[in-house]
Amino acid sequence: MHLPLDAPAPGGSLTVRCRLLAQYEEIVGQGEVTLELPRPSTVLDAVRFLRARVPNGSLLPERPLVAVNLAHALHATLLNDGDELALLPPIAGG
Amino acid sequence: MPILTPDALDPVALLAEVAALGLGGTALFVGSVRRSAEDGPVAAIEYTAYDAMVDAEAGRILAESALRWPETRVALRHRVGRVEAGQASVVAVAASPHRAEAFAACRYVIEEVKKRLPVWKKEIYENGSAEWRANDGSRAAAATPAPRAP
Repeated sequence: MHLPLDAPAPGGSLTVRCRLLAQYEEIVGQGEVTLELPRPSTVLDAVRFLRARVPNGSLLPERPLVAVNLAHALHATLLNDGDELALLPPIAGG
Repeated sequence: MPILTPDALDPVALLAEVAALGLGGTALFVGSVRRSAEDGPVAAIEYTAYDAMVDAEAGRILAESALRWPETRVALRHRVGRVEAGQASVVAVAASPHRAEAFAACRYVIEEVKKRLPVWKKEIYENGSAEWRANDGSRAAAATPAPRAP
């Protein structure tokens, strides 16, 4: 699923691959979504964009655990074009 | 060696992986799928993971351990897929010249795994229902029960 911007952004745009893991994949019905975001965008901007546009998006947490490029990240982290963002349910290994 | 495996865990193989003549103290932790009065009639747990990040995050955890206890060798494996009650889901071993460092490194690695490794578990109950279970004890209904292994 590709989620484009509703209108061209004055500062340009960036594209992020967003992974949805475990129960979040079940909620949305897809494990991966491509987001087109205005530049600059933070992780939290991407989460808000996603929640507003995917099926059952409102069931995803407003401030989930997140990773960027395979490392835990903060909501204020600025995203770059080509980044892989992941929404992680509460960790449950072991 | 990848951290995740769909195969039964072999603690003896991991002990051999870290063994060396100068390492006289070895600590072993084995985590198993639990069924108890508190947990309910759990038949199995279905583990899923963010595979690429598991290797990256485990690499960071093991590197941190190596910085804290440079003479200690550590090995770690975690199951993915269906694991029956009573079977091992995670194994961590640490071998050091002395026992204190072995215990400390093994404890550090397993505690960080429980907090940071992107792995999730769906508890499968004897009646076929399933729930996502987090390490903080919280539960969430699963959309579809995992299929039983043949």
